[in-house]
Amino acid sequence: MTNLLAARAQMAVSLAFHIVFAVAGIGMPLLMVVAERRWRTTGDPVHLELAKRWAKGTAILFAVGAVSGTVLSFELGLLWPRFMEVAGPVIGMPFSLEGFAFFTEAIFLGIYLYGWERISARAHLLAGLAVAASGAASGVFVVIANAWMNAPAGFRLVDGRPIEVDPLAAMLNPAAFSQVLHMTIAAYAATGFAVAGIHAAMLLRDRASAFHRRALGVALVVAVPAALLQPISGDISARFVARWQPAKLAAMEAQFATEAGAPLRVGGWPDAAHRRTRFALEIPRGLSLLAFHDSRATVAGLEAFAEDEWPAVRVVHPAFQVMVGIGTYLALAALWVVWTAARRRDLAASRGLLRTLVIGGPLGFVAVEAGWVVTEVGRQPWLIYGVLRTSEAVTPMPGLVVTFSAFTLLYCFLGAVVGWLLYRLVISTRRGAPAAGPSGVEAR
Amino acid sequence: MTITLADLAAAVIMAALTAYALFGGADFGGGVWDLLASGPRRDAQRALIAEAIQPIWEANHVWLILVIVLLFTCFPSAFAALAVTLHIPLALMLIGIVLRGSAFTFRAYAGAGEATDRRWGRTFAIASLVTPLLLGVCVGAIAAGRVGVRVGGGFLARFVAPWLTPFAVAVGCFALALFAFLAAVYLTLEAKDGALREDFRRRALGGAAAVFVTAAGVLLLAHGAAPRVRAGLTTAPWALALHAATGIAAVTAIVALWTRRFGAARIAAAAQVALILAGWALAQYPYLMPPQYAIGASAAPQRTLALVLGALAAGTILLAPSLIYLFRIFKAHGPTAGAGQRDA
Ligand code: HDD
Ligand code: HEM
Ligand code: HEM
Repeated sequence: MTNLLAARAQMAVSLAFHIVFAVAGIGMPLLMVVAERRWRTTGDPVHLELAKRWAKGTAILFAVGAVSGTVLSFELGLLWPRFMEVAGPVIGMPFSLEGFAFFTEAIFLGIYLYGWERISARAHLLAGLAVAASGAASGVFVVIANAWMNAPAGFRLVDGRPIEVDPLAAMLNPAAFSQVLHMTIAAYAATGFAVAGIHAAMLLRDRASAFHRRALGVALVVAVPAALLQPISGDISARFVARWQPAKLAAMEAQFATEAGAPLRVGGWPDAAHRRTRFALEIPRGLSLLAFHDSRATVAGLEAFAEDEWPAVRVVHPAFQVMVGIGTYLALAALWVVWTAARRRDLAASRGLLRTLVIGGPLGFVAVEAGWVVTEVGRQPWLIYGVLRTSEAVTPMPGLVVTFSAFTLLYCFLGAVVGWLLYRLVISTRRGAPAAGPSGVEAR
Repeated sequence: MTITLADLAAAVIMAALTAYALFGGADFGGGVWDLLASGPRRDAQRALIAEAIQPIWEANHVWLILVIVLLFTCFPSAFAALAVTLHIPLALMLIGIVLRGSAFTFRAYAGAGEATDRRWGRTFAIASLVTPLLLGVCVGAIAAGRVGVRVGGGFLARFVAPWLTPFAVAVGCFALALFAFLAAVYLTLEAKDGALREDFRRRALGGAAAVFVTAAGVLLLAHGAAPRVRAGLTTAPWALALHAATGIAAVTAIVALWTRRFGAARIAAAAQVALILAGWALAQYPYLMPPQYAIGASAAPQRTLALVLGALAAGTILLAPSLIYLFRIFKAHGPTAGAGQRDA
């Protein structure tokens, strides 16, 4: 494994790990706030219980999110010092703002988790809202920074140094809007469906449980609108990529030839050596239509670019297919929910719907990971698109395979522990036993 | 002498680092006392530490993140050099940070029986010991002027020798002693029970002794290893005043502990730590990291500095009331304030 590959792999593992907790950190506070608010308006104690149980899970997720995020802030420098030299003054601004969002989030999460008895009910709900808002804000800021890597703006690089630096222009880069919109919705969709999936599974075993019915209801309030909006937002993202990163679009769609009226490929196995894609189901003119909203538009294929500027087609194309497939599945599931609710039918009465939701549970997170693979691997070989190559930015420190292995093992271990703890939390709910609180204090 | 935006940015970074030492550092110190918990009230000591840290450690931890992001935004080349030379201790420190935070949380929420709890507890405690040590080693390497200096030679010369020095290790021990001292002082105020308070009073006095010994070691080694900092600390015009102030704070802390005036001890101990860090920063001025990275020369463009400082000012106005609110809720030590309530 070369040093560059180890660095990329370590970055990928760290981010793929962090994003799970980040997404939960954006979505879970909203679920808790919705549940707590329902308790306040209806007086139904089950909703209060729900908010408290979810808060426990969130506390675990948040702690791991905080430490893995810290690792990332350092890793930007530890792995890519040259990148930070260029990017720091230009795009450091949103990271600094993110720092404030973290502060707000950590402060009010502390108050939310440990302040049930110490502040008024109203102040408590407001604290929850502050957590939800600042969680979303941290996501927005860091995605703006990432968008800048896709569509660099606000500086010129002369002799390896950034000049004419304008951090505000950098933050308002052309990719920012579409990426922020898509990621934020993704966070709500993924969390909402994951929670809905868990409680749907519990309902399949015990249809009468009031706890799980309420939980499913709250989760779907967040999940369904997000899943319905996501394909629309994805279309905006795709059209952005088509205009600004044509090589990435070609890799996403496994499009080798430059052609007018290009087809949309479903599935298929890109064969870079022969410059064609086999076994794909092709929808005539579909790609031109979707990417440019014009069925005769010309789509640049990979052959239009030097081969050393091709992203890894065999990674990007399947990852994109996975995301879009899941997006379609979740949107259809959401429609089913809407259809059932509109007819005033009981959501928990349909085994089919519950099963569909159980399958949807992990899929939102899978789509998030796949989407990031599309964005990041599709940007290669560039770290800052068109400005700085990944290979130019890597640290001179040798033997990165050691740190890569160490962090991978650490994250596997932490992931397993978190999974186990959450599983216990859910199981204890099913048995109706009180879940363990901090230091074993029982839930009230 | 005029104060430039770059100076201001460096001062803000130093202030954030000081806040991290005073708050986050004390949380690590708490972990050290968890490791060293002993005597008949061992479990009560651990419970008190956990209760004190639980609601606030994540907020306290953000100070470190602020230091890092401000460093790479305002002094990008210095950050890059730091990340290259100190790759190994920083990576190890990160592992410490990850294990500390997650083990602490897992112990609090696992409720999986004594044995598992104890294992998480030990992980938390050991990580709390190692992380400040490594942080101090990094600071030591910077003070000694070993970061970003082109050296010939192989892997060891470039990536190990700059930080694996007696001086840097001494600074590591010093940082550890300071954090443990701070934590014990703070914990005297957290304790509701007289005997427990005495436990931490004794520990605070022991911590003060450790601070004294390690500080002497650092100064001794600085002679050869960090001449610039040492010169600053001994000959600069402000040096005497600073030493006097630090000395007064240290003595006040000990006297207050001795006479059981714990509120005063907390203020004096915090002042002592803040003054020590200020002394280091002043001794290095005008360098961020001697001898290559002067504050002015390594700073980001003016526009970046102005925007970031403006954002910091605005953010502080929003943030300060929230932070005060947090500490008011959990650290207001009235006679009845929330004795032992910990419900999630
Ligand atoms: C719940 C998760 C989820 C779902 C259901 C979808 N996506 Fe997505 N997608 C993401 C989660 C995501 C993401 C992980 O959040 C990404 C990675 C970077 C980003 O900003 O969003 C992303 C990136 C991303 C990009 C690349 C943007 C770039 O490189 O700048 C495109 C073109 C799409 N998406 C398009 C779609 C379409 C057409 C979908 C149709 C249904 C879709 N996504 C569903
Ligand atoms: C959290 C969700 C994210 C995931 C899962 C993710 C995933 C990845 C992956 C798979 C790579 C390796 C790409 C390759 O080398 O082929 C990578 C690289 C990288 N990512 Fe991301 N990414 C995420 C978000 C971000 C954000 C928000 C930033 C910065 C603000 C960022 C900065 C980088 C950098 C600097 C690299 C290394 C250089 C490069 O390979 O281009 N990533 N990431
Ligand atoms: C290079 C990329 C990234 C860096 C350097 C980074 C950095 C960090 C840091 C330092 C924290 C800890 C804050 C604390 O102590 O409270 C954190 C947490 C968080 N990050 Fe990231 N992050 C990155 C990618 C992302 C992405 C892509 C998202 C989401 C879209 C995201 C969203 C969050 C959220 C919501 C939190 C709050 C903590 C939680 O709820 O788990 N981050 N991040």
